[in-house]
Amino acid sequence: MSVETKDRSMLLQKEMIAEHYRRLEQAPETGEPVVYTFVPGNLTELIRSFGALPVLPEINALQSAMRGKSQAYIAAAERSGHSEDVCSYVKCDLGMLRSGNVGPTGTRLPKPDLLLLSYTGCFTFMKWFELLREEYGCPTVFLHVPYQADGRETPEQRAYVTRQIREDLLPALEKVTGRRYDEDRLRESLATSASSEDDLVAVLESARRTPSPIDAYFGAVYYVGPIFSAFRGTEEGARYYAALRSEVEERASRGLGPLTPSGPLDSQKYRLVVEGPPNWTHFRDFWRMFSDEGAVVVASTYTKVGGTYDTGFRHDPGDPLGTLADYCSGCYTNLSLPARVEMLARYVREYSADGFLIHSVKSCNSFSAGQLTILREVERRTGAPGAFIESDLVDARYFSPANLKTRLESYFQMIDARRAGARA
Amino acid sequence: MSSRRAALVDWARAAAEDFEFAAAREWIGERPARKAAGYLPVYAPREVIRASGLLPVGVHGAGEQVEIIRGDAFYQSYICHLPRSVIELAQSGRLSFLSAMLFPSTCDVIRNLSGVWQLLYPDVYVRYLDLPQIFDPRLSLEFWAGEIRRLAADLGAISEAPATDATWREAITLQNRARALIRELYETRRDSPERIPTEELYLLLRAGEVVPVETFIEKMEEYLAATEDEPGPPRDRARVIVVGAFCEQPPLGLVKTIERAGCSIVDDDFLLGNRLLGEDVTLDGDPVLALAHAFLRNARATSTFYEPDPAAKRELMRRRLEAARADGIVFASASFCDPALLDRPMLRAGAEAAGIPCIAFQYAENTGQFQQFREQAGTFADSIKLWGGGQ
Ligand code: SF4
Ligand code: SF4
Repeated sequence: MSVETKDRSMLLQKEMIAEHYRRLEQAPETGEPVVYTFVPGNLTELIRSFGALPVLPEINALQSAMRGKSQAYIAAAERSGHSEDVCSYVKCDLGMLRSGNVGPTGTRLPKPDLLLLSYTGCFTFMKWFELLREEYGCPTVFLHVPYQADGRETPEQRAYVTRQIREDLLPALEKVTGRRYDEDRLRESLATSASSEDDLVAVLESARRTPSPIDAYFGAVYYVGPIFSAFRGTEEGARYYAALRSEVEERASRGLGPLTPSGPLDSQKYRLVVEGPPNWTHFRDFWRMFSDEGAVVVASTYTKVGGTYDTGFRHDPGDPLGTLADYCSGCYTNLSLPARVEMLARYVREYSADGFLIHSVKSCNSFSAGQLTILREVERRTGAPGAFIESDLVDARYFSPANLKTRLESYFQMIDARRAGARA
Repeated sequence: MSSRRAALVDWARAAAEDFEFAAAREWIGERPARKAAGYLPVYAPREVIRASGLLPVGVHGAGEQVEIIRGDAFYQSYICHLPRSVIELAQSGRLSFLSAMLFPSTCDVIRNLSGVWQLLYPDVYVRYLDLPQIFDPRLSLEFWAGEIRRLAADLGAISEAPATDATWREAITLQNRARALIRELYETRRDSPERIPTEELYLLLRAGEVVPVETFIEKMEEYLAATEDEPGPPRDRARVIVVGAFCEQPPLGLVKTIERAGCSIVDDDFLLGNRLLGEDVTLDGDPVLALAHAFLRNARATSTFYEPDPAAKRELMRRRLEAARADGIVFASASFCDPALLDRPMLRAGAEAAGIPCIAFQYAENTGQFQQFREQAGTFADSIKLWGGGQ
């Protein structure tokens, strides 16, 4: 892979993001309405069909951490009475707000005209937007997305969510934006989403090859960025995914691996499946702990929090509101533990992984509660060795490099020993 | 204390602290086909379980009584204590008499615990109860009524005694009576806290979670009658509300510590599910719709539910304080409890804006040291007595 082709999708993404934040900064002048919402269950196509711009607070929080700003923000929130025990994304966001609301690209974020509380797969979301509502005093719509406790979305759940969208959310969006609901526009956007989703799945599934042309965790968090945030269903988004796919396919055809902090990882010693979100405060150091050892991640669950497209779901322009309900319901953190186990076990098998690793973060009960049972169950079903490591999302106090490194090194040794045992 | 009352409190203590669940096992053993269904905090519609022929059994953790041997292998240190003690109860066989387990949508920990149960105990009927977060019946009545109907059908299949008009009527009547008695108990304590130490109130309520509702009603009636005969001497104490302990329960020692430090608890969130519905469920019409409506209309505002009205959220503490004629608020939450801890800054800001004195602390159900709480609560009580409360 040439450096130029690699740069094409990255560059495209950078430009898209910069332009989006520029528009957000100018929104108070241009009058473009702004809707804050969450990554899981984000209804980007719908928001944008009303001419509004989405803001995803989790993305701001993780970007703040990557830029080394989260600790000060968390400290500001804790000083104002927030507990050390709760999700650090929330505190990072509140701290950022109190520190002038300057977003990740250095531009100021506008106030929301609407908080779209898509309650999908995480209890904390509810409190987070109740807290933001106190700060902004803007209208808030609550979209209750039931949990897929029995491993599937039931027709009743679908009807419940669709009804809320139709009867509650659409009127609220019409009121806030001053525009009528335009179903044709939404359909068009959903069709664009589906094509980007095809491209993304092709990219993620390229990791079945050996060597894998991508890192499906550390690398893929960049790949899912546009589709998990403001760009699903947009032309820029579609261009990005087409470019990304051709880059990855080219890399695959040449038998090359991904670019990592340790350089190109063409020679891959360990193929891993990872469960749980990454740490963002030391993202590259963390990645390096893997890439230095020749470990590549071939599948991850974190890259499914904004949609589980690799199980076949595509946004369907033929049923615009129903498909949005289906989308929300299927986001990874809205899946039951048995469904998560099943997904991980399938990844281990289908991606020919040497093992799987759970990165458990202190912040997130939605991900973390039950992960030790997941560990045992996936080990039992696949026979692959599992490992369990812990840190946090954006609170650096819980990232202990020495511990993590030691833990990972012994895990890699364990895989080596298993291999030696299998050969003997 | 009269011997009658002492005997009632002893009975309640024995039932509340019995993590072998003898009362429930005994009830099951009385007839061959009898079964029981457990439920986690905060709210599960006990009427549905009862009408479907099963005994409802509240599983609220194991406090200080049960040593955690296996539970810690299931939960990381940064997750509250409740799920590890619940798993401990299950892994040690103490919950083996439950044919079904219901997991209300209280938080992500309980949500995921439902999945742990599905994985560990495939023979038990596991049900996640997705309580509506939207209280507008136009949007959520059909959904919630459907959930109740499905639950009743499933439980009826387990008991082989599906709910009938008669069992619905009986279950709703009994639960209405139990709620009325709980309301009366709370009102009595509010009006004369010297008559009802919170330790006794708590033990009775906790016992009510694990015994048949008829037994609970009988004991509550006796207890209330017994306290009428025995008004204690009014004392100069700070009247406080304990807010935030709705799921993982505080150790009894903590409750006693607060009251011994010069406070009278005049309202609280302990075992909140038993009075989450503030009014009777009607016996008219379709019982499922009646229960669903009662939840949507009457569910008490608490941290596990969405509050659509920001003003109501800000005023919640003041309203509760006034209703209980309290002087101050003690925010007591389980460590790592997302619903309580994320809500606390908002509730506290509302309280402080209304000039209400507040203190806050965290506990775990198995906390054994209370010195620090004693000092904090003592200073709080003194300052209220000296400077006055929020009224
Ligand atoms: S608790 Fe987890 S899913 Fe929820 S906001 Fe925090 S990190 Fe995201
Ligand atoms: S104590 Fe809090 S976090 Fe723990 S299970 Fe209960 S509600 Fe959830």
